[in-house]
Amino acid sequence: MTIPLEPQHATGVPTARDDDEPGVSLWRAAWRRMIRNPAAIAGALIVLAFALVAIFAPLLAPYSEGVQDWRGDVTPSDVPGPRDGNLLGVDRYGADLFSQIIYGARQSLIVGVVSTAGGLAVGALLGIIAGGLGKMADTIVMRIVDIMLSIPSLLLAVSIVAVLGQERKSVMIAIAAAQVPIFARLLRGSMLAQRNADYVLAANSLGLRRRTIVMSHVLPNSLGPTIVQATLNLATAIIEVAALSYLGLGGGDLAEAEWGRMLVAAQDRFDESPQLAFGPGIAILISALGFTLLGEGLRDALDPKGRR
Amino acid sequence: MVGGGGGDDSSDSSPYPSGEMLLSVRDLRVVFGRNSKHQRQVVAVDEVSFDVDRGQHLGLVGESGSGKSVTSLAVMGLLPRRGVKVSGEVLFAGENLLTASERRMRAVRGRDIAMIFQDPMTSLNPVLTIGTQLEEVIESHRKLDSGAARKKAGELLEMVAMPDAGHRLKDYPHQLSGGMRQRVLIAIALANEPRLIIADEPTTALDVTIQAQVLEILKQVVADTGTALIMITHDLGVVAGLCDSVRVMYQGRVVEAAPRRPLFAEPRHPYTNGLLASVPRLDTPRGEPLTPIPGSPTDVLSWSKGCAFAPRCPNRVDECEQTAPRLEESGARSLRCYNPVEHARRGVSA
Amino acid sequence: MLRFIVRRLALMVPVLVGLSILLFVWIRKLPGDPARAMLGERATDSAIAQINQVYGFDKPVLQQYFIYTGRLLSGDFGDSTRDGRPVLESFIEQFPGTIELTLAALIIAVVLGVPLGFAAGRRIGGWLDNFVVTGSLLGVATPVFFLAILLKLVFADWLDWLPTSRRQDARVEATHPTNFYVLDGLLTREWDASWDAILHLVLPAVALGTIPLAIIVRITRASVAEVMGEDYVRTAISKGLAPKLVNRRHILRNALLPVVTTIGLQTGLLLSGAVLTESVFEFQGIGGYLFLSISQRDYPVVQGYILFIALIYSMVNLAVDVSYGLIDPRVRVS
Repeated sequence: MTIPLEPQHATGVPTARDDDEPGVSLWRAAWRRMIRNPAAIAGALIVLAFALVAIFAPLLAPYSEGVQDWRGDVTPSDVPGPRDGNLLGVDRYGADLFSQIIYGARQSLIVGVVSTAGGLAVGALLGIIAGGLGKMADTIVMRIVDIMLSIPSLLLAVSIVAVLGQERKSVMIAIAAAQVPIFARLLRGSMLAQRNADYVLAANSLGLRRRTIVMSHVLPNSLGPTIVQATLNLATAIIEVAALSYLGLGGGDLAEAEWGRMLVAAQDRFDESPQLAFGPGIAILISALGFTLLGEGLRDALDPKGRR
Repeated sequence: MVGGGGGDDSSDSSPYPSGEMLLSVRDLRVVFGRNSKHQRQVVAVDEVSFDVDRGQHLGLVGESGSGKSVTSLAVMGLLPRRGVKVSGEVLFAGENLLTASERRMRAVRGRDIAMIFQDPMTSLNPVLTIGTQLEEVIESHRKLDSGAARKKAGELLEMVAMPDAGHRLKDYPHQLSGGMRQRVLIAIALANEPRLIIADEPTTALDVTIQAQVLEILKQVVADTGTALIMITHDLGVVAGLCDSVRVMYQGRVVEAAPRRPLFAEPRHPYTNGLLASVPRLDTPRGEPLTPIPGSPTDVLSWSKGCAFAPRCPNRVDECEQTAPRLEESGARSLRCYNPVEHARRGVSA
Repeated sequence: MLRFIVRRLALMVPVLVGLSILLFVWIRKLPGDPARAMLGERATDSAIAQINQVYGFDKPVLQQYFIYTGRLLSGDFGDSTRDGRPVLESFIEQFPGTIELTLAALIIAVVLGVPLGFAAGRRIGGWLDNFVVTGSLLGVATPVFFLAILLKLVFADWLDWLPTSRRQDARVEATHPTNFYVLDGLLTREWDASWDAILHLVLPAVALGTIPLAIIVRITRASVAEVMGEDYVRTAISKGLAPKLVNRRHILRNALLPVVTTIGLQTGLLLSGAVLTESVFEFQGIGGYLFLSISQRDYPVVQGYILFIALIYSMVNLAVDVSYGLIDPRVRVS
């Protein structure tokens, strides 16, 4: 069978790699590793494209958002497909499908970014409290986290939106809430792991105050995994936004394009006009994939063991 | 830990016809990787030859990166097949193990040749009991039913002086101390009465006091069973107490070979000399500085065209940086050096 | 071991209590009057008064909570505002369907995922590995409902290989003593009914199981790759053990530890995914019913079902923790 020993197991000396020069900081080394990872580059490109499309939508889309000029062309048995003037055809309500898809990126981007940022902020705060302020704080915070985790995240988001009412704001809060426990656990784990690390003990013995140690030493070390998790969570957020829309809890202005809602509308016309569903569906897939690839690439790059 | 133990000084390897030696390694060379944009080839072992006869104890000495572990892995056929090129001959009772099939190697491992690895903490499977890990090596090579295997496992633990051997069989590795785990590894190696045991730094990961204990057990057990032993270590003290003959390795090559007494009395290679001199002695006058070997083993990759030790060698002459010295034999000793250390003759036979 | 289980159960209690408090607060917080929220906008005043009396909405909050908890413990989770049926009753009737679906999805995920992950992890960088990694990345990034719609379109509508919806063809004769359709068919020897039920399970189970499959493959792969580099695997090989033995006893047993943990988490994904999948396939399980209840603001059902799901999820995670203790002796000591 293939014996899996790596050369460094045998010789005890790491085999040379070009990026193992002395004096290269962790970030530089990580950057170099990322550059060489085709999947990570693909992910980064997708994310970049996604962001650009969302930001420059008005410039990229042939028609403005929500313009339903072709409503007359839509009949109960036929939704016009790709044709002159409409790259992908028209949607159920008579708007240009292609433009709607482009504008849909905005919703996903905004909601995704805001909710992930919110979840990160609150979750990280909880995690730091839990990990850094002693046993009592830890127990309380962790109980709260456990409660939040006892409901699958989508259903948690559903409950929150149901309570807060159907607006974009509540969707963002709901998805953020679903991410809080993940970040809380991550930061708590990081804090606990580093609490006994040599450099923390050293800093402590030098008389540094706890707050200083946390801010200038522990947090920067937690930055890497947190960024990775945030990127991966963005992928989940994008999918969850769509899922909430699918359940009819989407919120937001009906005139604004949103991929999940477009999927719902496409369902019963799927037979004759599959492009109605494929368009937004694939858009969701590619964006989520992009963030996932990027997140994975970051994780591999930041892994000090350099395991491929 | 000098003195005692070992066999006969004059019984070091001599050119017997290969078929007679238990283990005969000839010109072993191990290369990792390929030259490409992202990596360079690493020659971990080069031109390594030695013999081990039945019942003999050979010491392989060197710092990390010297290739001593890779050599033992090559003998056992445990190097990865991808990305590694092994050449030369490894003749075990006349059979070349390097060309043997994987199936044949499986029959040899654990039965004819057994290995004891360095780190007892990680070398045992954490989810299996000690008993299981002993019994499986017994049952794999012999037709014993599980009751007989278990009995044998208990006997093996007693052989390595494991306290409360019977109960230990049901324990898990994490319930044992480091020294006890290492004893289990020794017991595993002994299970099928191998003809050769290769011990790769078996005590390095242990506390100093436990080290002595475990080495004693190893010594005892090997003497009782008449098993040949290859002891891989960086600790000369271990070698002095246990081995008949010694090979000193530096950066993948054997730089000096000699029987035990002559090597310690009169080390010829500046590296060997440096190693011996760097060990603090109880009879050194107080206040005298320690004498380490200057520098550190350079990156394994940068093979200069001259002698690999030259950058750190106090005996360096011009020739050393031009061409790599060859291994020259003289009597029972071998030496790879242009300018060996001279010792004042003190009437010790070479 | 027993102490371990009891301790974990004890930990579950505060979580469930906290959850019930949250849900209690939740229904109070719904926009508008709770009674109106339950009955809908067009409720008459007398209906509202009745609800207020029955549910005690007009009493002090703390007292309400105790009434509420009392009801929960006696099995009264309220009635659906759509069809008036007790929530608990609907749940018990529909749960077996979801169990069948979730089990089928989990079986697909594990039976395909573990061997694939193992094969990929053994030869990282090989062609199988690259294929597996790509596939699993796609699987993770695909929204469940999109996949469900796709599968339904391709295999049911276009190719007509498999049924489009529901759990059973109405034309097949079937009696349902247990409401586990596949099992029922076997119990009553109506083999056709069983087979038909299985056919109806295929597409939804594939859709639902794809994401857990992708995750299990990735974790198994990473775990196997890591375990293979461990020293004890090297020891096992140096003992001359047969490859099958090394694979099974040394590599797999250790590699599967993180996989077992993840199965607990996957259940959460499966349960929430079931809501979406069941609605696409009109599969009669708690998911589909919950979906309708959400869109129609049937709050007693939503509240009750989410509480049940949380309970199930916690129990599954407990079971996973316990079995982890069985597999990994290091954990038992604590």
